[in-house]
Amino acid sequence: MSEMKLTLKETFFRGIWKENPVAYQVLGICSALAVTVQMKTAIVMGIALTVVTGMSNLIISMLRKKIPSTIRIIVELTVIASLVIVIDQVLQAFLYDISKQLSVFVGLIITNCIVLGRAEAFALANDPLPSLLDGLGNGLGYGLILVAVAFVRELLGAGKIVGFSVIPQSWMDAGYSHMGLMVLAPGAFFIIGLLVWLKNSLPGASREEKTAQ
Amino acid sequence: MNPLKSIFKKTDPYFQSQGRFSRFKGIYLATRTFFFLPSPVTTTAPHVRDHIDLKRFMSFVILALLPVTLFGMFNVGYQYHGGNATWIDMFSTGAGQVLPIILVSYGVGFFWEILFATVRGHDVTEGLLVTGLLFPLTLPPTIPLWQVALGISFGVVMGKEVFGGTGRNLLNPALTARAFVFFSYPVSMSGNNVWQLSHPGVDALSGATALSLGGTGEIIQETILNAGFSLDRLFFGFHPGSIGETSALLCFVGAVFLMVTRVASFRIILGGIAGVILTSLVFMVLPGPKDTWFSAGPLYHLFSGGFALGISFMATDPVSAPGTNSGRWIYGFFIGFFTVLLRSVNPAYVEGVMLSILFMNIFSPLIDHVTLKITAARRIPNV
Repeated sequence: MSEMKLTLKETFFRGIWKENPVAYQVLGICSALAVTVQMKTAIVMGIALTVVTGMSNLIISMLRKKIPSTIRIIVELTVIASLVIVIDQVLQAFLYDISKQLSVFVGLIITNCIVLGRAEAFALANDPLPSLLDGLGNGLGYGLILVAVAFVRELLGAGKIVGFSVIPQSWMDAGYSHMGLMVLAPGAFFIIGLLVWLKNSLPGASREEKTAQ
Repeated sequence: MNPLKSIFKKTDPYFQSQGRFSRFKGIYLATRTFFFLPSPVTTTAPHVRDHIDLKRFMSFVILALLPVTLFGMFNVGYQYHGGNATWIDMFSTGAGQVLPIILVSYGVGFFWEILFATVRGHDVTEGLLVTGLLFPLTLPPTIPLWQVALGISFGVVMGKEVFGGTGRNLLNPALTARAFVFFSYPVSMSGNNVWQLSHPGVDALSGATALSLGGTGEIIQETILNAGFSLDRLFFGFHPGSIGETSALLCFVGAVFLMVTRVASFRIILGGIAGVILTSLVFMVLPGPKDTWFSAGPLYHLFSGGFALGISFMATDPVSAPGTNSGRWIYGFFIGFFTVLLRSVNPAYVEGVMLSILFMNIFSPLIDHVTLKITAARRIPNV
């Protein structure tokens, strides 16, 4: 491949849009279903994952020449788990309500495929600075999809945006009602599927490049 | 030559692959097919080993659905007037309520179909004629029209077009649409109560359906009878319910017509009926609660709710049902089995027909795969 040497800017933006972890690699779907009923939780989850992915990529990339390849998964998981515990404690200290709502899903960032995937696929083979940018980019890409899904689900399912009601009472009087499906997990599946469809049909989507190669 | 034919002959080149309007070929072909029988045979599934094409195939289903639809309109009016009006009055009241639902369903459905046909370059197919009529028949007459529009959009786009259009869908589009409305707007669709058309000024009447009865301590058959649902009333259909589901008689008449013309597979329909009868008999014998639908017995299970409509017109959809003959028996039987199972032991969904058909739709490729493997293994090796 000719793109072996990516610029730092490309490394960062690739994860956000072109090779978006949720919409392109279809990773991290489980938490994308679970925390996207409200935008508030989706935003916090996106930030938490961005911090974890960025920091774990940075640390693993710095350690990459010291880690024996036979036990690299264990070492990577140790790094990631430590970071997740820190994030969890911070959330419990400063955002207790949201932390309660996210419940087990903060802890489950440890098993999120995106974090380990980026560590394995990128951080082990690249310098610390590109690794940090790659991790942040992928985390933001995940957060972007999460917020987009949560926006649709919260708007249609509860008539709210970030907790504020936006559906006027006159609509409700005229017979409008909320879409119950959006509050259920299948609603998130449909929205994610439609987002992937939208992304792939936009110009510059990576799928067309792949078939052209 | 007939003048209409010469118009088509003149405009034809514009829509061929090199023509100026080749992008709109789908719409053009649909218009032409509306007036004249096309000579080429179908290029998309469902393929049936017969000389009839998709158009004839689908029009047979529409024919079989007509009595159900007309009776549905009549029954909506019958429930509204409480039976105290002339036939004409009852029918026109019902038609005034039901026709807009059908028109919205067709209009929005064709909009999506034509949009996808134009963008993707495939033909506008006749499958939507059936989907667009079946979907309203599964809805209560008081459903708001915007929910009909959203439902049919979901059914056509997510149930059919994302898989590649008619002939490639995994699920029955009409039932997908109903499932969407069912889970999104349970207030308008709940299975426990049924919404009847009511006089202005009076609150919408909602009464329990036969299926939600039970749990009173009495024997279930007596509970159903005391609530006014005698077997013959359920069979002939003069009781409130979704537009097309009330008359088991007319649904089965349509089923017989489809079986005789070999449009619908008799194996699926008979398998489904066998499934309901066997399962409900077994449940009757089992030491279960005597005051719920668990021990209602085969006749009540066959004639109440949407089973007759579902097994006759939805389960027999040739695209989402299995293609092998032995597979069709298994598929039909399990639809009947799951229908009775859901009605009997799951208090959350009193009506299990929609969910069991969708569930078995998912399994039909697997059924096909397994039955083909078994048949191939039994075959004497070709030496």
